[in-house]
Amino acid sequence: MQHSVAINEPENTGYFGDYGGMFVPELLVPALEQLESAFESALVDEKFNKQLNETLANYAGRPTPLYECQNMVSDNACRLFLKREDLLHGGAHKTNQVLAQVLLAKRMGKTRIIAETGAGQHGVATALACALHKLPCTVYMGAKDCARQQPNVYRMELMGAKVIPVNNGSGTLKDAVNEAMRDWSSSYKDTHYLLGTAAGPHPFPTLVREFQRVIGREARAQILEQLGRLPDTVLACVGGGSNAIGMFTDFLDDKKVELIGVEPAGLGLDTGQHGATLNKGHLGILHGAYSKIMQDSHGQIEESYSVSAGLDYPAVGPEHVFLQAAGRARYFTVTDTEALAAFHALAKNEGIIPALESAHALAYALKIAEQRDGDSVLLVNLSGRGDKDLDYVRSLHTQNNIAQVDEEGY
Amino acid sequence: MSRYQKIFDCCKQQKRIAFIPFVMLGDPNLDLSLKIISQLIESGADALELGIPFSDPVADGPVIQASAGRALQNGVTPESALGLIKSVREINSDIPIGLLVYANLVVHNSIEAFYGQCKKAGVDSVLIADVPIRETLIFDQAAQKHDIAQVHILPPDASNKVLNKVAELSNGYTYILGRAGVTGVHSNPQIPSGNIIEQLAINNSAPPVLGFGVSKPEHVKQAKESGFSGVICGSAIVAIVEKHQSDANELMNQLKIFLSMMKEFAQ
Repeated sequence: MQHSVAINEPENTGYFGDYGGMFVPELLVPALEQLESAFESALVDEKFNKQLNETLANYAGRPTPLYECQNMVSDNACRLFLKREDLLHGGAHKTNQVLAQVLLAKRMGKTRIIAETGAGQHGVATALACALHKLPCTVYMGAKDCARQQPNVYRMELMGAKVIPVNNGSGTLKDAVNEAMRDWSSSYKDTHYLLGTAAGPHPFPTLVREFQRVIGREARAQILEQLGRLPDTVLACVGGGSNAIGMFTDFLDDKKVELIGVEPAGLGLDTGQHGATLNKGHLGILHGAYSKIMQDSHGQIEESYSVSAGLDYPAVGPEHVFLQAAGRARYFTVTDTEALAAFHALAKNEGIIPALESAHALAYALKIAEQRDGDSVLLVNLSGRGDKDLDYVRSLHTQNNIAQVDEEGY
Repeated sequence: MSRYQKIFDCCKQQKRIAFIPFVMLGDPNLDLSLKIISQLIESGADALELGIPFSDPVADGPVIQASAGRALQNGVTPESALGLIKSVREINSDIPIGLLVYANLVVHNSIEAFYGQCKKAGVDSVLIADVPIRETLIFDQAAQKHDIAQVHILPPDASNKVLNKVAELSNGYTYILGRAGVTGVHSNPQIPSGNIIEQLAINNSAPPVLGFGVSKPEHVKQAKESGFSGVICGSAIVAIVEKHQSDANELMNQLKIFLSMMKEFAQ
């Protein structure tokens, strides 16, 4: 039921083509406009950039390496490079933009931080940044996600954050965002809502992109240095879309570089149990933006599903909808099973345990790798590491072993 | 003359303010919801504010979230919710009916179609919780085309620029937020200073109505003394629905008692 009404008011900022905007209660508009102007002034403020870059280098560990896989693809197949955001402090790319937003919060005189988290990676990044800057921090996390990402809950608590499990709705990321927005609507005067992805109301999609594009900027320079040429294809997983937009942005003008986003197909695109918003969603408004959303025939938001909590989100950043509509990026899907296979393959063959989110991007790269020749170069954003997923993957294994034993009649 | 104008004029003549209850359409189910709304009218509601249940109501506190949850659980859809309004219109053709919705339900088919359906159902005004002034143009245009009054919210501590814009754009009535936060009775409304009422009047705004946290007779009294034209009372009424949903007679009785208590202070 796609409709073609352009919602964009021409004089409004915060749109990517027809998509985006600031669809929040009037009450929150001043807080978002304050953030917009703090962000714009910070971007051109030498002192702010110096402080951010120093923290990214000395505290977070930038630049992250660009690594060429030795064993993942067969000898005659193409070359596969990984941008190692998994090695960033905190365990995922999330730290990049969180360190920037905390500085913005202080610039605006805010004294408390709230955030939502899905897999817990954004929560961990927010907690560490708040510990560093001595800001009290409250993280909303779906109750279901708390259960499947226990180690990250404990990490946040170790760093002094208060984690509030959200039982409403599906108990996942969408509900955590709802709760964070409700908190913010009474606390905006002294509290910054540190949104974790390139989605939500303006200015977040732009702000998060600008502070994540360091991923693509570095990767582009590194591959030019290592190979003397650009990659043929750049891949990243897409939940809300921050690691993908961070990876894509500096390649947008390189028209010959193919950009591929990989969404979670969960149990399969036809099962209804997935999080493939760009592939299966319809235009609508959720969490402040006009974008693609998973919704039923009446406009009620549907629950998404993915083995990876970080991709389990029924909306997506509006700029991805724009890039898809413009044909500049294409978005494909990978099932739970394929992602898990890639997870194991990278661990076995390269000694790198990826986050289940990033394993989606890798799985799609492995799919196309077999069709490419030896000159072809694939670049995957390995956005996070898999420590947080160990218990979960191990429990799947135990379940599988038991099932197998049952089938074999022991 | 619009239904809103009539009722506000009438209240003014009678030296009282309008009492506007809010309930969720279809809570707990379509049948009982119609009885609840009829009872509210019978008990002296001057206008109605009705919600279409939405899965992700970010501007609502736990009471109204649960209310939407009950309606959705019972299969209420935007279509059946608007159908319920038609039934209300068959009972009463004079009372102003305002809709409170979330943006996704408005844009879902097409904005135009939504306002057309509202008009057909007998709706007088639409307030979209998550469409602020800066995004409202296309919604206002569709509303105007279908002769629906688009209501806008004036938040606390709004700048003059926002106040002027809200005064200019809000039709039917102007929704004044009594406090920051989400809907609910957890904290009292702060009655804005008379200044705001004056400024709105200078800007020829639609009648100012106070909402968010209005749950006690003294809030109604304070609103009247501060020069408001009416109050919207939601969570307190929805809480009565929640508490007595399994005993329809007691529920009607409690609504009657609550409205008569609140209305007394609107005099």
